[in-house]
This record gives sequence, structure tokens and C-alpha cells, in this order.
Amino acid sequence: MATAKTFRVLPGFGLTLGYTLVYLSLIVLIPLAAVFIKATSLSFADFWQTVTDPQVVSSYRVTFLTSLAAAAINVIFGLLLAWSLVRYEFWGKRVVDALIDLPFALPTAVAGITLSALYAKNGWIGSLLAPLGIKVAFTPLGILVALTFIGLPFVVRTIQPVLQELSLEFEEAATTLGANRWQASRYVVLPALLPAIITGFTLAFARAVGEYGSVVFIAGNIPMVSEITPLLIITRLEQFDVAGATAIAVVMLVVSFILLLVINVLQHWASSQGSRLKEGKAA
Amino acid sequence: MSITVKNIYKRFSNFNALNDVSLEFPTGKLVALLGPSGCGKTTLLRIIAGLEQADRGEIWLEGVNASKLHVRERQIGFMFQHYALFQHMNVFDNIAFGLRMKPRHQRSSESVIVKRVNELLELVQLANLAQRYPAQLSGGQRQRIALARALAINPRVLLLDEPFGALDAQVRKDLRRWLRQLHDELHITSIFVTHDQEEALEVADQIVLMHKGQVEQMGSPLEVFTQPATPFAYNFLGTVNRFEGTWQQGHLHSAGDGVHLPHQTLPAGIAEGDSVIAFARPHEVRVVPSCEQLAPHGIKAKIARILAFGPTARIELVRTHEHSSQPEYYEANIPTHEIQQLQLYEGQAVKVQPTRLQVFAA
Repeated sequence: MATAKTFRVLPGFGLTLGYTLVYLSLIVLIPLAAVFIKATSLSFADFWQTVTDPQVVSSYRVTFLTSLAAAAINVIFGLLLAWSLVRYEFWGKRVVDALIDLPFALPTAVAGITLSALYAKNGWIGSLLAPLGIKVAFTPLGILVALTFIGLPFVVRTIQPVLQELSLEFEEAATTLGANRWQASRYVVLPALLPAIITGFTLAFARAVGEYGSVVFIAGNIPMVSEITPLLIITRLEQFDVAGATAIAVVMLVVSFILLLVINVLQHWASSQGSRLKEGKAA
Repeated sequence: MSITVKNIYKRFSNFNALNDVSLEFPTGKLVALLGPSGCGKTTLLRIIAGLEQADRGEIWLEGVNASKLHVRERQIGFMFQHYALFQHMNVFDNIAFGLRMKPRHQRSSESVIVKRVNELLELVQLANLAQRYPAQLSGGQRQRIALARALAINPRVLLLDEPFGALDAQVRKDLRRWLRQLHDELHITSIFVTHDQEEALEVADQIVLMHKGQVEQMGSPLEVFTQPATPFAYNFLGTVNRFEGTWQQGHLHSAGDGVHLPHQTLPAGIAEGDSVIAFARPHEVRVVPSCEQLAPHGIKAKIARILAFGPTARIELVRTHEHSSQPEYYEANIPTHEIQQLQLYEGQAVKVQPTRLQVFAA
């Protein structure tokens, strides 16, 4: 039985969907699938042994914990930065605004070398922290510093436009109803920004998990302490252990995928609250 | 509660929003701040609320100088033009917001808050919508919720910024009536800002007409409509015919035409031969065929259009004379049956005879 053809105002649905799938396959899915296929060249026992090696397991911990911590730090301070840039006028605002994009543009190795020079025991900042007993370079703390540096623009650039769109009227309304500054921010502004905050967090986190260049210089790469997973993968490759490298990569991919999926669910929940905001404003 | 505004000045970077504004808002009345956009009415409202600081001048609430009080402490209900309902909260939480934000020692228990919110929902007749979100409401419903939210904190004064501005015509009319009734129930001193003269005339007890940062006239709707104090007030409130010319011996001479009004009294300060601007409402104008003996005087014009719906017909006229480059338009309201009596038709040459003129110095 023939069903009536669905009428669409915008033509080209088939073409665009096809294009999207082909492109996504070429750029993302096929390379990732290759990783999985390569990993299967190992027997399960070998695979298991490679990915559960204590040194490798400790690198997962370092990578994911520092990435989460860096993303969290970026959310807090990125929010403050975005807030100052949107809500206040000050001299040199344009320059500050441009500076935020620098971590995007700088080769990560340059960032890594600069940071390790600064935070080393005899560096400008390191020498100030040393008397306090704080060691940054060549510790997980150093990794955190590097990941925070490269993740910052993701948070600022996702929150900034949303904050710009958020009318001051909402805060004014809260104030006329007796809310103090903290209450207005907590109960009125923050819920409106939540979807953007989560997106910024996700981007900063995803970037940090995959980061290699800036970290290897400042981390010191001490096994079981400050070694990140991407470094272990490179090390395997240098030893021509391609299968071992892909095995570790598979674990990273799966963990990252699960984490991103969880964040996406959160995101969906938050933006269902946020979409109400937009509709309300348009009406 | 009374509101007194004393010598308020407010300047934004390159323009004077308010220039020495002093007003007294009577207790329990609904007052309209009326004026064209940019006249400073919203700025004045925001200064009274404390959302904006005046450069100079004082705001007194209930006989107490409140100029230095923070918005939070003024206990004022403010309704924003686009209502500013919190989109991530449902209707109930929106209304409860002010009650829940109180410092702990002043805050009522949750059960008292629930009771109060339900009362307010009853008051605005939207009890069934408590669980909806603002985006799921119509414009009129949003406005009522915004009002309920503002009333929740027991405000001493209610300030409404263009309360009907964001609504379509039919809803606007219903809500006007509803707001008026609500005010009659609550008797809370209220000020609303509007640029719509009809709205102000229909809803308010008192009208404050503002123009270029100053108060042009204040009075009851009837006073402001029937006795406009200035040419601006005349132009702004209702349709009006405007004549320019010189005044001589009971005649207005305007570009070759003369209007004879022997009983017209002249306001003080205008002497014989002065240039004047005179106004007449459409119902204060007669239209007479030019040829008639009846029309020895009047402004020569041509009938552009006759709109004879209902008992009163509206006649639109264009002035006919050689001296003016810009066409001048007039409007006359006459009983429909007179159109037949006078045998008026579109395109006819006629004379416009004001029966009463309000004269101002030019």
C-alpha cells in the first residue's frame, strides 16, 4: 500500500543525511574502527595483560582525574572571566578577550615548554612556590596546570554568548522581589547558564583527555605518578608495539565515550530547562 | 502609600532623560505616566523603584526619604515590560520566589508560602496553571503571573512598565479592564507607564503627561483630555485639528482664510496681532459647502473621504490653498444624518469652521 509522501518544506533531506553519514564515517568512524580492528590482532589474554598493566592503569587514573579536575577548575574561573567580559566595561577589554583564544592557537609544545620553565624549581613561579613546599613541575599538579591552560577558552567561549543573551531584567526582577546578589545569581542566572556550563565542561574535559604536547614537558613522566595515557601509547609506538598501543587506545576510547555519553545525558536534561528559556524570551 | 518625587534629574551620556521632575502620587490611586518614547517615563519609574539612580533629587515613600534605599529594601512590586518570568521555574515557584528569598528569620514556613501562592493564583484567576512553565503560557497569562509574583511580597507600591505593551489588541482590552478591577479591589498605590493615550485615559485615575524629560501636565483623564495645558498635550491626546495664524479682533487669520469666533476668549499673554497656534477637536468642527451663503468664513478645504459608519460620521479633509507646500489634513466628526442634509460628497470643496478653539502663543 502506498503511503502519502511526507511533505517537507526544506528539500534535500536525503542528500544532507547521506552526506553527513559519509563524511562522519570517513573522518571519524573508519579511523576509530581501525583502532578496534588493530587491537583484535592481540589475543584476549595479551590484550587484557596490556591494558591492566599497573603502570597503564595508573596512567588512566592520572589522565582522567587531572582532566576532570582541570575541566572543573576551568568552569569556575572561565565563568568568572566570561562574566567580567560580558557584564563590565574596562580598559583593555578587547585585548583580554583576544588573549583568551591564545591557548587555542599556540602549539601545545610551546605551551608545555613555557609552563615547565615557569613552574620548575628555579622558574619565576616555581621558585616562589618552592619555599612553601609546593612542587608543580614534574608532578600531577603540573599536568593539571597544563590542562587548565589549554581548556580555558572552551569554557569562556561557550558561556560568553549565552550570558550576553541573558537579559539583565531577570536579575532586576529577582532583586525587586528581595533576592540579594548571591540569591539572584544562584537561583536565576546559574540555572539559565547551566547548559552552556555543561557544554564548556565537556569540551574542556574532552580536550584535556586527548592532550599530549603540553603535558609531556611539564609532567616529568614518572611511571606510576605523572605519566599520562597518551604518552604510554606513544612509547609503545616507538617500540613498534602497534597492537599494544591500540589496545590502550581502545580502553581510552571506551572510557571517554562513556563519560561523554553521561555528560550528554546531563546536557540534554539541562537544555530541556534551557529551551524553555529561549521560547519564553521569543514570545 | 504616597510617593513623592522631588526635583529629579537624570542624564545619560549625551541626553537628558529627566529634567527637574517633581510629582506627588496620591495614596491608593492608579496613575499613568504617559508620553512618547524617549520622554523619560520608564526612567522615572525605574528611579522610583531604585533600579536606576537619579543624578540629583529625592524619592520619598510614605513621607520617608527613600533615595538611598536599595531596591530590595524599598518593598516595591515591579512588573517588567516583558514580565521577566523565570523560565526554569514553574508558575508556582515564580510566584513563591519573593517569599522564599526572605532572610531566614523573616521567612514564613513552606505551608504558609503555599497558602499565600494559592491565594494569589486565585486572585489572578489562574489556579489551574500552577505547574506550567512560563513558555507554556499565553501573553495575557504571563502578565497575570508577573503581577501575582510582584504582589506576593506585599509591596507598598506597584510599578508597571508598559504592562500591555507586549500583548495583542484584543487581549490588551480585556486585561485593561481586569487590571482596573483588580486595582479597585486592592487599592494599592500604582503607577504604570504607557505611550498609548487611550490606555491611559481608560485605566488611570490620574494622568501624568511627560515630554522631553519634563512633566507637561498632570490631572484626571477628563481634565487632561478636555483642557490640555500645552500644544504638546493637545497634539498627544486624541485627534486634533491644528491651525496656525495670527489673531486679530476675534478672527484667526491663516494664510488667506479667516475664522471668525466672536465669543472666543483669549488666554492671558496673547495680544492682538500675535502669531498663534489654535486647536479644535474633530467634534468641534463644522463642515459647510463653500458655495453656501452660510459660509462667509472658514478654512478652505476639500473632502478627501467620508466614513459614515454608525451615528457619527468621520470626514477627512485636505486644506486647499496655494501658500503651503505641505498638505494639511483635518478631521471632523458630525452626526451622520447631517451629511445628507448638507449634501456632502467626496471631492467637494468646503469650508471648515471651528466652533471652539483653544489658542496658544506660537
